[in-house]
Amino acid sequence: MKQERFEREHRELWTGFEESVGALSRARGLSRLAPDERERLCANFDARYRQICQHLALSRARRYSLELQHRLNQLALEGHRHLYAARSPILRDIAYFLVAGFAQAFRRRWRFMAVSGLLFFGTGIGIALAIAADPDLVYSMVSAEDVIQYEEMYATDRDVLGRERESESDFAMFGYYIYNNVSIGFRTYAGGLLFGLGTLFYVLFNGLYIGAVAGHLTTSGLGEPFWSFVSGHSALELTAIVIFGGVGLTLGASAISPGKKRRWRALRDTARDTLPLVYGGTVMLFLAAFVEAYWSSTTWPPPAFKYGVGIAFWCLHGAYFGLAGRRR
Amino acid sequence: MLDTTIDVETPEGVQLLIPVAGLAPRAMAWLIDGMIKFGMFIVALIVTQPLGLTGMALWSLFLFALFWLYNVLFEVLWQGATPGKRAMRLRVMNADGTPVGWTGAIVRNLIRPVDSLPGCYLLGCLSVLLSRNFQRLGDLAAGTIVAYKATDPERSRTHVNEPIPLAIPLSSDEQEALVSFSERRKQYSQARAEELAQILEPVLGEVDARRVRSYAAWLAGKGSPT
Repeated sequence: MKQERFEREHRELWTGFEESVGALSRARGLSRLAPDERERLCANFDARYRQICQHLALSRARRYSLELQHRLNQLALEGHRHLYAARSPILRDIAYFLVAGFAQAFRRRWRFMAVSGLLFFGTGIGIALAIAADPDLVYSMVSAEDVIQYEEMYATDRDVLGRERESESDFAMFGYYIYNNVSIGFRTYAGGLLFGLGTLFYVLFNGLYIGAVAGHLTTSGLGEPFWSFVSGHSALELTAIVIFGGVGLTLGASAISPGKKRRWRALRDTARDTLPLVYGGTVMLFLAAFVEAYWSSTTWPPPAFKYGVGIAFWCLHGAYFGLAGRRR
Repeated sequence: MLDTTIDVETPEGVQLLIPVAGLAPRAMAWLIDGMIKFGMFIVALIVTQPLGLTGMALWSLFLFALFWLYNVLFEVLWQGATPGKRAMRLRVMNADGTPVGWTGAIVRNLIRPVDSLPGCYLLGCLSVLLSRNFQRLGDLAAGTIVAYKATDPERSRTHVNEPIPLAIPLSSDEQEALVSFSERRKQYSQARAEELAQILEPVLGEVDARRVRSYAAWLAGKGSPT
């Protein structure tokens, strides 16, 4: 069959399909179309799409003009996009994820979580003990100006704890914590791509830095204001750092040792697989920022009460990550 | 052979060709997005400044969204294209040609900081230049590609010339060359068209561009009985 005749015979189908995919693309989602409009655009969509695939194959086999082949290729590509688009019910997924999925994903990767936790808490506690023995060590981790700033933040004569602020500024700090902490978490995760080295850097650096500040403030007599400030949000924030570290290390491990898969394939699978942990870690950092801004900075509760709340948070975390989503 | 398209075989057993985009258009798209983000950054600063500390909080939150959500939201909800990509007629899709979903878009944008290492997106650029489908590290980790959107057929179509039957049979590749020549006639200057037509002289005898187009019209089926 000559090309012109081929075109004449099928032009109606092609322009109709062109109109359908164009309208569907513009509508962005079937639910936004009026029912009768939807009916009209989607009628026989699969059959028309298959026919166009056949026309594309024919046009290639018969060596019709490149322009026609190109047009049919575009049509088939657009049809393919609409026919095979995958969307999952996102709200239900989120609910299940918070109740069970997050804890399950955490336990599935528990080895990496344990390594990340050991690295983070190990270096933190290590340097804190070292500073207790030799107080000047803090200056190897934290600059002198920063040390002075931290000392002022937790000075005992202040009526708020943490960073300097007025009473209305809790919300301001909330925003700052989100921006700062979540960005660090994301970078820790992304660093896993560099064979885990980036993650290792962030986990060790955070461990050393936080440990150094904690150690220094405790040994210089500011322990009570410091610990009563951080105890409330410590469980959320530190666990989230460990989780981001663990996920980054998981990525790194699949880059180093992809097993039977090709390296990028292994990385891709791991990245998709561990994404829930990234979502969960992000939620935790949001909550941590909230607690840090609105609860940790208060001074009216006695320190013992704040320690108690902190310990309760840690117990909740243990129960959640240990038990949530287990089949009885 | 240089090849900037990738083949995807669909369940219908037909091959789709997807034209993937290289470094230059992607860098341009990135630059446009960068300018838009910078503009939004400034506007947010001006709007939130008078609100004092509350404004500072809103600004931080906005900054967070701008850094981490801008690309994800546009890529998922706006047919795979941020404004910059849309301006460059690009879009993100899964490597099999289906639209990118939340997972793909989030992974490719979470990995972005690694692509920007050690500065100026050096790793990302190297990855785009070296990988088969022009993917940066985030694309490789997410299994996504950045491809050109369909060029709207401002169809240069039309074999307007009176068809003239060819005296000798041509192979299909040769036919394809003639038809393509005719279809691209608006892209050549007259002189260039004549020059190209001259190449055919050993095969077809005395020809000019007009006559080649007439042959092409005949090859494309114009004037054949229906």
